[in-house]
Amino acid sequence: MNETPIAYELAKKQKEISVAEFFTKNRHLLGFDNKRKALLMSVKEAVDNSLDACEEARILPEINVEIIQMSEFKYRVIVEDNGPGIVKKQIPNIFAKLLYGSKFHTLRQARGQQGIGISAAVLYGQLTTGRAVKITSRVSKKEASFYYELNIDTQNNKPSILKEETVEWQKEHGTKVEIDLEAEYLKGNQSVDEYLKQTAVINPHITIIYTNPKSEQVIYARATDKLPDEPKEIKPHPYGIELGMLIDKLRWTESRTLQRFLTSEFSRVGPGTAKEICGHSGILPNTKPSQVSRDVAEKILEGIQKTKIIAPPTDCLSPIGEELLEKGLRKEIKAEFYCAASRSPSVYRGNPFLLECGIAYGGEIPKEEKANILRFANRVPLLYQEGACAMTKSIMETNWKAYGLQQSGDSIPIGPVVIVAHMASVWVPFTSESKEAIAHYPEIIKEIKLALQECGRRLGMYVRKKVRISDQIERANMFEKYIPEVADSLSVLTGEKKDKILQGLQKMLVKPEIKKEIIEEDSDDKLYKMEFGKKEGGES
Amino acid sequence: MKSQTKKPVKELEDLGEKLVSDIEKGVNPAIEFSLRSLSNIVFDTKTKTLGLGDKQQQRTFFNVAHAKKFLQTLEIAKVSKNLLNAGKHASLRDVFYMAKRTIQSSNINIVDEQPESDGAIEDLELITDCSREQLNINANKMGSVAGNVTIEDAGDTINWAKLGSGGWSIPSNVEDIEFKSVKAKYVIYMEKQAVWERLHEDKFWEKQNCLIVTSQGQTTRGIRRILQRLSQEHELPIYVLADFDPWGFYIYSVLKFGSINLAHMSGTMTLQNARFLGITADDALNYDLKKHFIKFKDVDMTRLKQISDYDWFKKNKEWQRQFKMMKDFGAKLEIQALSSRGITFISDKYLPEKIKKQELLD
Repeated sequence: MNETPIAYELAKKQKEISVAEFFTKNRHLLGFDNKRKALLMSVKEAVDNSLDACEEARILPEINVEIIQMSEFKYRVIVEDNGPGIVKKQIPNIFAKLLYGSKFHTLRQARGQQGIGISAAVLYGQLTTGRAVKITSRVSKKEASFYYELNIDTQNNKPSILKEETVEWQKEHGTKVEIDLEAEYLKGNQSVDEYLKQTAVINPHITIIYTNPKSEQVIYARATDKLPDEPKEIKPHPYGIELGMLIDKLRWTESRTLQRFLTSEFSRVGPGTAKEICGHSGILPNTKPSQVSRDVAEKILEGIQKTKIIAPPTDCLSPIGEELLEKGLRKEIKAEFYCAASRSPSVYRGNPFLLECGIAYGGEIPKEEKANILRFANRVPLLYQEGACAMTKSIMETNWKAYGLQQSGDSIPIGPVVIVAHMASVWVPFTSESKEAIAHYPEIIKEIKLALQECGRRLGMYVRKKVRISDQIERANMFEKYIPEVADSLSVLTGEKKDKILQGLQKMLVKPEIKKEIIEEDSDDKLYKMEFGKKEGGES
Repeated sequence: MKSQTKKPVKELEDLGEKLVSDIEKGVNPAIEFSLRSLSNIVFDTKTKTLGLGDKQQQRTFFNVAHAKKFLQTLEIAKVSKNLLNAGKHASLRDVFYMAKRTIQSSNINIVDEQPESDGAIEDLELITDCSREQLNINANKMGSVAGNVTIEDAGDTINWAKLGSGGWSIPSNVEDIEFKSVKAKYVIYMEKQAVWERLHEDKFWEKQNCLIVTSQGQTTRGIRRILQRLSQEHELPIYVLADFDPWGFYIYSVLKFGSINLAHMSGTMTLQNARFLGITADDALNYDLKKHFIKFKDVDMTRLKQISDYDWFKKNKEWQRQFKMMKDFGAKLEIQALSSRGITFISDKYLPEKIKKQELLD
């Protein structure tokens, strides 16, 4: 009888799963659930990367996006930027290795936090078309341009280089990426068109030249030459740390003592605060970080919560600013009234964040439809999961009736209005891995509402003024209509010619003192009307 | 043109000419008349009637709040002038429809609801100092009268004693009626048509030598006017028979002292020698009617409070006693409750007894 336990048999099948393999089977986790969304995600990853790279290098971004239809469901996406380029040896890793990047480990306001990276699009393209990704990049006019064709080795999550050569390229610096993929091009709410348009609204400093599969070209020209301030990287604030992260940090730190560890790894922790934390945790400040056990780490976490620590610095955030947000709206949305409000920074769970809102009203925006809501996180449009987002919730819970819009209960207001909400943060809390909806933290909802209210008040003033003016015009018209009737009655009463009376009255209509009467309200008569209502007789 | 239409026509023409001259001078056309609102209602303790105070209101055309009313007032003036010229009469409802039309190339109606045209008519009465009947605008006739009276109306001689079961129906305009002979000692006015029919069937007016008058619900102007003429021209006392409830008291109040709405007409409307005959709180006890009480609702109590606070009832001890008893009962009674004592109890016993004993409230 074979006495070997079954587990040994099973063990033969148990092996490491490569990240690439995992994503091959779970592509929806990356946002590639369907053909239409796949196209959007590919463009989005490429454009977000380009914008982050340009801004980091302090270059005004100019991005060329082209989508070519090759067969019914086969498309080619080409994104070319004027960014700093990528050094030769990093090109394969950036484009053909999953979860490779510079942004995940930092706490800084950046776009890239939101995607899994361009390599996911490369993998998707490879899976659906079998084609390699093509990269051209150059870092300076003094250096050559490199051209790569790459595949991802999914077994080992490593780039496999199919072609590598130097090429002639007229660009001094920049990167161009071409991905073939299975996709579907549709216009509408969650389309590439909409994504690029919204990107142009929220990034007034960029220029996008976009050619869609129908060979229609749209140019979103920049409205300002001012690059946003460079966001600073910050260390995590103690209030935002979680146990696992703390244990990791303790293990890898170079600090020799716990006190030293706390002061060097966290923001807003000086020697005094560090001692206080140690005191509250019941641990000696000179404990070696490497000797801290899981249980002790938990005590440190409790100690942190008991210690009063000042809020994290907020100069790490780079808001768009009221002026530029309004400019962005002006250039892409044809309306008659615009306003924007920028809140000062605030903190949730130790993470600094900042809310900005903008409103465009009237003009060509449809009148009887629900408000169009544009949501952004760190300057990236959020197109999916509107219903689950804290921004949508805050909009629905704001009383828009007070600002001249229609609204029934807690719902999205109705009227000719586009509402923009932008959250800038070193770490935007999303509800799920697809990163399309902001989590419902009370601190965040409060700030969104305050920003909305600020815009709302300005909108309300405008709407009321508009109503008042149209009322006045209506009143002037009303008198013009009344005049012939009055002239007719007076003609019957006196035998005077109707035309003569009519002209007399019309002449008076333009007199300044009469105009004043027409425009000013008289409340005296309301009282009369009220009492008039109390009729007693039942006569008919 | 008939002589009695001369004054209203002249008044309407004067109104028109005043406004046309305003327009010629280039000033905002304005109509001035007494303010017809609660703040300008005064109770004259001498004549014991409600009247209008000294406050004036100005209605100008070029004024957002006035324009529509100005327009309506002139529209009604026009309608009235046309009626007077044609020698025709129209009802309040007719006038409403004559004025109700949409102004050209707009969605505005000159009037939307009848209260608007009725209000304009009442304003015009004030402006021209002519009653609506003089302006050839009548209300529907809603009342009946029977008794030993002969009148002449529109060329016909009519005997109120010989008109069968229906009696003579009182028109809206009674100004032109001529009394040929009046054989009665007093007039009973009752708010209920059914009670009038009871008394008429019992030939009460013949037996008691009186007149019986009714209207349906609120006392119309025509009835108030004919009662006033009977009381003034023939010195007949007017006895009011109403339900024992705040609304019955109110009918009496309006008849005797006038109403807020028609304060400008008080002179031709009020009946200073009207007396309240019943049903009183004492009747409820004396005639054993308590078992027919109808329980008060909240509105009844509120109304009772309002009426007991009226200036003209405030210092009247007798009335205050009635109000207090009604409040204590917390209940009301209908005239018809008397029928529980027998169908002709009211005409055989109740009324003759009350009148004989002169159990009346002033």
